[in-house]
Amino acid sequence: MASRGGGRGRGRGQLTFNMEAVGIGKGDALPPPTLQPSPLFPPLEFRPVPLPSGEEGEYVLALKQELRGAMRQLPYFIRPAVPKRDWRRLPRELKIRVRKLQKERTTILLPKRPPKTTEDKEETIQKLETLEKKEEEVTSEEDEEKEEEEEKEEEEEEEYDEEEHEEETDYIMSYFDNGEDFGGDSDDNMDEAIY
Amino acid sequence: MTQAEIKLCSLLLQEHFGEIVEKIGVHLIRTGSQPLRVIAHDTGTSLDQVKKALCVLIQHNLVIYQVHKRGVVEYEAQCSRVLRMLRYPRYIYTAKTLYSDTGELIVEELLLNGKMTMSAVVKKVADRLTETMEDGKTMDYAEVSNTFVRLADTHFVQRCPFVPATENSDPGPPPPAPTLVINEKDMYLVPKLSLIGKGKRRRSSDEDATGEPKAKRPKHTADNKEPIPDDGIYWQANLDRFHQHFRDQGIVSAVANRMDQIFRSLPVGYNISKQVLDQYLTLLADDPLEFVGKSGDSGGGMYVINLHKALGSLATATLESVVQERFGSRCARIFRLVLQKKHLEQKQVEDFAMIPAKEAKDMLYKMLSENFISLQEIPKTPDHAPSRTFYLYTVNILSAARMLLHRCYKSIANLIERRQFETKENKRLLEKSQRVEAIIASMQATGAEEAQLQEIEEMITAPERQQLETLKRNVNKLDASEIQVDETIFLLESYIESTMKRQ
Repeated sequence: MASRGGGRGRGRGQLTFNMEAVGIGKGDALPPPTLQPSPLFPPLEFRPVPLPSGEEGEYVLALKQELRGAMRQLPYFIRPAVPKRDWRRLPRELKIRVRKLQKERTTILLPKRPPKTTEDKEETIQKLETLEKKEEEVTSEEDEEKEEEEEKEEEEEEEYDEEEHEEETDYIMSYFDNGEDFGGDSDDNMDEAIY
Repeated sequence: MTQAEIKLCSLLLQEHFGEIVEKIGVHLIRTGSQPLRVIAHDTGTSLDQVKKALCVLIQHNLVIYQVHKRGVVEYEAQCSRVLRMLRYPRYIYTAKTLYSDTGELIVEELLLNGKMTMSAVVKKVADRLTETMEDGKTMDYAEVSNTFVRLADTHFVQRCPFVPATENSDPGPPPPAPTLVINEKDMYLVPKLSLIGKGKRRRSSDEDATGEPKAKRPKHTADNKEPIPDDGIYWQANLDRFHQHFRDQGIVSAVANRMDQIFRSLPVGYNISKQVLDQYLTLLADDPLEFVGKSGDSGGGMYVINLHKALGSLATATLESVVQERFGSRCARIFRLVLQKKHLEQKQVEDFAMIPAKEAKDMLYKMLSENFISLQEIPKTPDHAPSRTFYLYTVNILSAARMLLHRCYKSIANLIERRQFETKENKRLLEKSQRVEAIIASMQATGAEEAQLQEIEEMITAPERQQLETLKRNVNKLDASEIQVDETIFLLESYIESTMKRQ
């Protein structure tokens, strides 16, 4: 016990190996102690090598982005489904409203399908505004849907939204989606890059 | 499976198949083989969802199943196969270089859908190619079939294991899951199909599709009514064959680089003659790269490509390159030195590299701390006293390669996360831009005036355009980096696999 207590004071600075063998000479300043985990983005000493560019690189890159977008549209991409409502607990009127809104939407969409005559400027802008409003509606609905299931009726619309649009619209699906599926692209413009 | 690999698999599954498939897939990767109900219970997912997810995963060859005793079917995920999804663009591009657009689309369809019958592939590819052709022109099924056969002959596509034809003598109930079989000789056997027809454009009526009497349905051809001639015979892309090709490519380009160096030191202006070819081969055989070895002298000697050595050299070159880019060229010099001399003491490193002691120490420790270099202890005395032990620096290529591979997985996971983050940050702007594009497209289809189109375009302000440009540039950079890192992964994996096989 005595020697142990004494040894603690005496031999404290000794290491089990010869420092010189490893290359630290006597009197050399040791590097400062590490007091925290290394920074998340440590400064780079050397610039990274530039990425390969050129035809092959560009093509493979475009392929990659296209694939990503394409896979999202395939049936293999399973979107989280909305749980089934328990109809016994909800007022019946909510169910009917689903149909009504469905019809409403279809009628609004129909005039957007290519009519033969050219549209007025104002009409276009108006339509854009109504679409924007609807977009906001839908987005806000879908935002709430992510939270607790309080507004069940809005979730209704969300649910049938997907079904309806998968069948009937010729808009890009992501138009009405809640923004997670940013890879969607319009059917006509396949040469657009997918982000 | 390391955490880094699991994380990467999770990101890949989620990007390509959505969150539900990701949840199930990652769960299986973590826990190993499990039956359906246990998966549902452990992940807290509804049985329906689990079933859907498993179907998708099996379809894409990411999960396999096995019937265990008492009729329980267990599902097992293949983590390494999931990681291959990073390489899809490279497979498709290779098919393009070898078999042009037709080959490219065939491989793309097979990768996108996991497994397909030949008739389905041919039809789909013919349709897609027809879309890109001039009006009035169509792609004939026969041409696509030919390319398919060539891909099968060169083993780039292969048959999936199939349900064996059982005799009706088996009176018992059907097994809960089929045991699929395939033998070597059937793997590339193309069924005798007479696929007659041409590709169809999406919008046109069926008038230009000769030989197809079903002209009533505008959008979907009525081939659900026709019996599929090769029903049950599914094909998939043969990734190993592509890997072989990449390996060969890698070796050829490494040798080509080497030849360039040799070229430059040779006199200019000569024709390749037999003697010169002989010289080249001798040079290659003597070359420290050791790609080509000479075996015997009969008939002028046979040159063999030493695949393992070649892969080792490629892996080493990769390590050197990483050291150079991360730590600088002086560090790289030390690294190459230790590599060459196999074992060096501290003092020797300083002397050989001609770098002052302090710097040399610093560099060695940096590399040591990141596990590019390791220390080996050689005791002089049986008591292993530190003051009487040699400490030698050495490079253990296998473990350094493993370390680097692990870093690569982490890197790609970081790249993907960053890309998703960037996209999410700009979600609102992206959506707006997509909306505007959709509106413009539909207006163009209705023949709107230039002025109207411009007005719509102006809905996106100039700074917003700038933001979109920056986003696009960043996303492209991140994507390109992913592709680049996957090339390194391929090299390292090939080397590690080759080394493990020899042990």
